[in-house]
Amino acid sequence: MRDQLEGSQGIARTVARCRPEVISAYPISPQTHIVEALSDMVRTGELAPCEFMLVESEFAAMSAAIGASAMGARAYTATASQGLLYMAEALFNASGLGLPIVMTLANRAIGAPINIWNDHSDAMSQRDSGWIQLYAESNQAAIDLHVQAFALAEELSLPVMVCVDGFVLTHAVEPLDVPEQTEVDAFLPPFEPRQVLDPDDPVTIGAMVGPEAFTEVRYLAHAKQMQALDLVPEIASRFTQAFGRSSGGLLRRYRTEGAETVFVALGSVLGTIEDVVDGLRESGERVGALGITCFRPFPLEEVREALAGARRVVVVERAFAVGIGGIVGQNVRLALEGLPPVVHDVVAGLGGRAVTRRSLESLLADVRAGRLEPGRLHFLDLDTGLVERELQRLQERRRSGPHAENILRDLGAVAARPY
Amino acid sequence: MASRPPVKFFQVGSFAAGNRLLSEDDRTVQSGRDRSNALTKGHRACQGCGEALGARYVLDAAMRATQGRLVAANATGCLEVFSTPYPESSWRLPWLHSLFGNAPAVAAGMAAALRAKGRTDVRVIGQGGDGGTLDIGFACLSGMFERGDDVLYVCYDNEAYMNTGVQRSGATPPAARTATTKPVGEEPGSAFGQGKNAPLIAMAHEIPYVATATVADLHDLEAKVERAMSLHGARYLHVLVPCPLGWGARAADTIRLARLAQETGLFPVFEAEDGEVVAVSKIRRPVPVEEYLRLQRRFAHLFGDAPRTDVIERLQAIADRNIRRFGLVEEVAA
Repeated sequence: MRDQLEGSQGIARTVARCRPEVISAYPISPQTHIVEALSDMVRTGELAPCEFMLVESEFAAMSAAIGASAMGARAYTATASQGLLYMAEALFNASGLGLPIVMTLANRAIGAPINIWNDHSDAMSQRDSGWIQLYAESNQAAIDLHVQAFALAEELSLPVMVCVDGFVLTHAVEPLDVPEQTEVDAFLPPFEPRQVLDPDDPVTIGAMVGPEAFTEVRYLAHAKQMQALDLVPEIASRFTQAFGRSSGGLLRRYRTEGAETVFVALGSVLGTIEDVVDGLRESGERVGALGITCFRPFPLEEVREALAGARRVVVVERAFAVGIGGIVGQNVRLALEGLPPVVHDVVAGLGGRAVTRRSLESLLADVRAGRLEPGRLHFLDLDTGLVERELQRLQERRRSGPHAENILRDLGAVAARPY
Repeated sequence: MASRPPVKFFQVGSFAAGNRLLSEDDRTVQSGRDRSNALTKGHRACQGCGEALGARYVLDAAMRATQGRLVAANATGCLEVFSTPYPESSWRLPWLHSLFGNAPAVAAGMAAALRAKGRTDVRVIGQGGDGGTLDIGFACLSGMFERGDDVLYVCYDNEAYMNTGVQRSGATPPAARTATTKPVGEEPGSAFGQGKNAPLIAMAHEIPYVATATVADLHDLEAKVERAMSLHGARYLHVLVPCPLGWGARAADTIRLARLAQETGLFPVFEAEDGEVVAVSKIRRPVPVEEYLRLQRRFAHLFGDAPRTDVIERLQAIADRNIRRFGLVEEVAA
């Protein structure tokens, strides 16, 4: 049924209809509305049977999910930003043990400097944690991906992280179609674990493994994730059949046919990018966009195929690897090895800075005019004056002070900023 | 309060030899042929390992109390490492090792899963060493306590990080030599005035049951496990388990050291329910701490050419304070 809903409410209702048996969560903005809504549903009995655990940290949230999942319960949690880092050790453990936990990540920047707004620094920091990572372009996609995530996780016995842009999506109110309980029940069978703690058939889970078999166990983690490259599209097509709308999959192409320039991005920024593409297509420019829904495992072949015909690829990413450059860009470059397209890495929208149509259009103009050096990280809308002044201070004084405070002082009141 | 057989064995000073003197019903789980051997043979613990003994005692008693319907979450540490050299396992119960600092939260998640599934037949135990419990896992432990998760958490306390090579933990006693508190400098060994008392902190959460025990008193330990399993909610059992390697003691002295720790007053053995002490194991004749310390090379620096009688006195004062605080010495009728 289509309702005017906040993204978080839509996600919470959808998760509830996936019938999690244990939810453990620790509050962190911008994830809070999701777990608050789930807490309400458990307390009123709308979601039952389900245990909602009010834990003392994200580390405990993931750990409790590990215990619950190993006990054969469908387990769910949600977090963001620092919370994801605080559970990092348990993330690797959940994937290493092969426990099909589903988690919503309300994407948010990572400090310092502390910042509660949206970017992908949190998810990207855990891209190699062994979790499958799905990125939602819209709130409807977020809803649909959660239903698919449980199916995917339990089929592969691997944890899945559904990345949803914090505030931009989680706090946006819009018409959303939350699947009915009967529809979800028909799509998602009860959890049938591959391994379970059972007194009638006692097993040891989490044994110590030395050099004699560690490689083989880790190989399986990789091999299982690679299976998702087949399973993700398969589940997406099953979803389309069941729910009558297309959602999920590895990639989403937007007007890429015949495109000379293709933007590549993850998450909600694709909405703006698609508007830019529409505008430019109207003026006859051959531009398209490629959304990567499944970032881990990374669909190398599909990305290669989707971008092979382009002349240039502009990767707009909401995080970067300090000391080298783009993260998504590196992956895209690997996919395009030996092919002609030039790849530009553009970092945009860090810490909640809006990525506007105007910025993207001027970026594209720069790319076409050769003003962007390929292979070099480009920061969209970077205030070079501010940065230069701080670099100057570093040259001039030993005790130059903290960067963030210096820059904020230089900046003065922020309300008048153009973006 | 745990029920115990009303028999005392003053002559042998131990309950270990006493089973023969008891009726069948009063004998220990461990002496029975139907014990579950939850931690069975083949593991790689050191000779004389107090933790292996403690875990076996606790789990067999818990298995008896739950008719074998028990699942365990284990913290990283000696107990996890020596019991599961891949692909072998010494565990004969469903057992999960996740991380070093999260065993109480993992156990809590297991209990929540059972609750959601309406399974009342299966019970949950969490276990770890003193480092995993008191230090790195303390937030998870406190969270488990305050939420009242239906878990018995057992800390096997050998007073340092033995698995990583005997470094100081929050349970290391003052003056003890560890790899990070060597007997060098002005204040040799671990510092006075540091460390934490986990059982008292557990009691401050007002959970239904907190108890301490040692591997020297099997009847007492088993009775406490049985009592703990008769209750629901968050329960805590703190078992002193001497470590021959870390303490620099003879393997044959494990039980003796555990008994001396109790009889000196250095390790008070008691039970508490809902935050109140309800029973203490009395000491008939308090033993001077020196007798306990001399058996361990971790305290050898106190007994050199210039004995540190000042340090020994401070350790004695700790024992004396415990005796006063918990009323450990048996009143002799006039």
